[in-house]
Amino acid sequence: MSEDIVARIEANPKYHELVHKRNSFGITLSILMIIAYYGYILLIAFNKEWLGTKLGAGMVTSVGIPLGVGVIVFTIIVTNIYVRRANTEFDDLNAEILREANKK
Amino acid sequence: MTKSTRSLIGLGLGLFAAGGVLAAGADLGNTTKQATNWVAIAMFVVFVLITLGITRWAAMKTKTAADFYTAGGGITGFQNGLAIAGDYMSAASFLGISGLVFANGFDGLIFSIGWLVGWPVITFLMAERLRNLGKFTFADVASYRFAQTPTRTFAAIGTLVVVAFYMIAQMVGAGQLIKVLFGLEYIYAVMIVGVLMMCYVLFGGMTATTWVQIIKAIMLLCGASFMALAVLWQFNFNPEALFAKAVEVHSKHDAIMSPGVLIKDPVSAISVGMALMFGTAGLPHILMRFFTVPSAKEARKSVGWATTWIGYFYILTFIIGFGAIVMLTQDPAAYYVPKMVDGVQAVGADGKPVWDGLRGGGNMAAIHLSNAVGGNVFLGFISAVAFATILAVVSGLTLSGASAVSHDLYATVFKHGNADSASELRVSKITTIFLGIIAVGLGIAFEKENVAYMVMLAFVIACSANFPILFMSVLWKDCTTKGAVAGGVVGLISSVVLTILSASVWEAVMHNPKGSAWFPYSSPAIFSMTAAFVVIYVVSKLDNSKQAQLERSLYPAQKVRSETGFGASSASGH
Repeated sequence: MSEDIVARIEANPKYHELVHKRNSFGITLSILMIIAYYGYILLIAFNKEWLGTKLGAGMVTSVGIPLGVGVIVFTIIVTNIYVRRANTEFDDLNAEILREANKK
Repeated sequence: MTKSTRSLIGLGLGLFAAGGVLAAGADLGNTTKQATNWVAIAMFVVFVLITLGITRWAAMKTKTAADFYTAGGGITGFQNGLAIAGDYMSAASFLGISGLVFANGFDGLIFSIGWLVGWPVITFLMAERLRNLGKFTFADVASYRFAQTPTRTFAAIGTLVVVAFYMIAQMVGAGQLIKVLFGLEYIYAVMIVGVLMMCYVLFGGMTATTWVQIIKAIMLLCGASFMALAVLWQFNFNPEALFAKAVEVHSKHDAIMSPGVLIKDPVSAISVGMALMFGTAGLPHILMRFFTVPSAKEARKSVGWATTWIGYFYILTFIIGFGAIVMLTQDPAAYYVPKMVDGVQAVGADGKPVWDGLRGGGNMAAIHLSNAVGGNVFLGFISAVAFATILAVVSGLTLSGASAVSHDLYATVFKHGNADSASELRVSKITTIFLGIIAVGLGIAFEKENVAYMVMLAFVIACSANFPILFMSVLWKDCTTKGAVAGGVVGLISSVVLTILSASVWEAVMHNPKGSAWFPYSSPAIFSMTAAFVVIYVVSKLDNSKQAQLERSLYPAQKVRSETGFGASSASGH
């Protein structure tokens, strides 16, 4: 019974669509996150001076501070973007796949 | 006040003395006992009474092993998000990062980013798959289609080793912190933590632990928000004005606005980054939290909330650190130790008194700031929060260690999956008592030791042993038992050996001469994690045994379950 359902899910093109869509979305966001974080770290390793540059004449805030806070905010945003899309679009597709597999 | 106070700030903090640069932030350092703080003790007693009340209620609901490990799977995504944040935001990150900002400004920010970036990785790669495949422990997931005995045994060892190092750091930190905050003896502080944690876990299991973590997360977020707001309010919510004042009064002046000593070389930077990013996804007590929610949807929601709260909290610690720079210098006599020369306070060239480091050590910046912005009552509140924080973290660790012993070792390996719920629960409880006693014992044994490297080591092992086997077993169809276990063992051993050979242990703990460490980088993760993945790949590829073929043939069904949740264990109906 449950092997049947697994086989039916595997045969359903929607399943492959779900896996492909969700995984490529996850991987894309992971790569963006890795670029943002390691980019920031490497910038610190190789170009401390630039990060210490002032935002404007007469200011003390350096470029690195909004950039660093930006990485934190970016992390929060990408995580929630993934959660939102996975919990709506992908989960709807997922529910459809499970429904179809159980129906036949 | 500016000139006179310039010399005093950032002195004697010694945050970087330990060599393992990032690890230093997790060290609460050596502290001196302070006068007994009754307000703080009263607040803490209130917290303890409330949480013990919750534990009593939770105990009535904790009847089966499932209740004990996962609160019956009935926690909502939002609650679990707060609990994860409560599990993850340790006292060391609150006091350590704000202390680091206080001492070095910008560098503290690098730190907090590092502790956050593991969360998207968990969200994108692990959360829903964990929930769909697992039941109680991450070993359920790693061993899903593998030979149970070797995989479980290794995963349990991985769990216990990570828990042990993390726990020692927490216990020693707890003792040091409580000595300062409450004026209690170190040994009593460690025992109080041990006994309370045992009560929560023993009687209330995951339900009590979850609520302790939720309450603590709310207290910590509220307290930190209030402090950050109080600081920003003084500067009309203009960060530029805050930074300008900080640069003016800090002994390092403009240097606090740019990266300093935290990043030594690119290899260390990347390596530490890898340990934090992927180690978070291999921490057993965090992974375990994903089994407390009823579905993959809720698992994703929890990690979304957790990331939001933790990120917000790290922004707060940055503001708090800068606030401490500005506000503590306004009343140096209250917060600093006078620099004594021949029994009298030294006087600078400008005729003003000279001060040494902060009272109680560099990690007290946030604590002193709470007094500066909210007086003694708020100081008591923040002190109680810091204590509660340690309790929440050690409870999560204990539960995770107990489940590795009872679910993975006893029920699956020893009883071959035939243990009944009651006996499994009994083993969990006995293990909890043992772990509590061991934790107190280790806390006392390591009182005078340098434990700065331990949290970092826990992360390195998590990213080099636990994360690779989890990742490969779930996402790579050709992975086999032999490959996973061999890779995990290599990751575990290389993490420990390279850490011992690095400056943070070789020089800072074993007192070898400076510069004599064999391993030159701050973290071995880049090597140990890579080695684990390579070994898993090569050994799995070479493995053509019958068992390996069977394991590969089981992959499609595992994938269907991990992707769609078909067949996933459901909430146990509470």
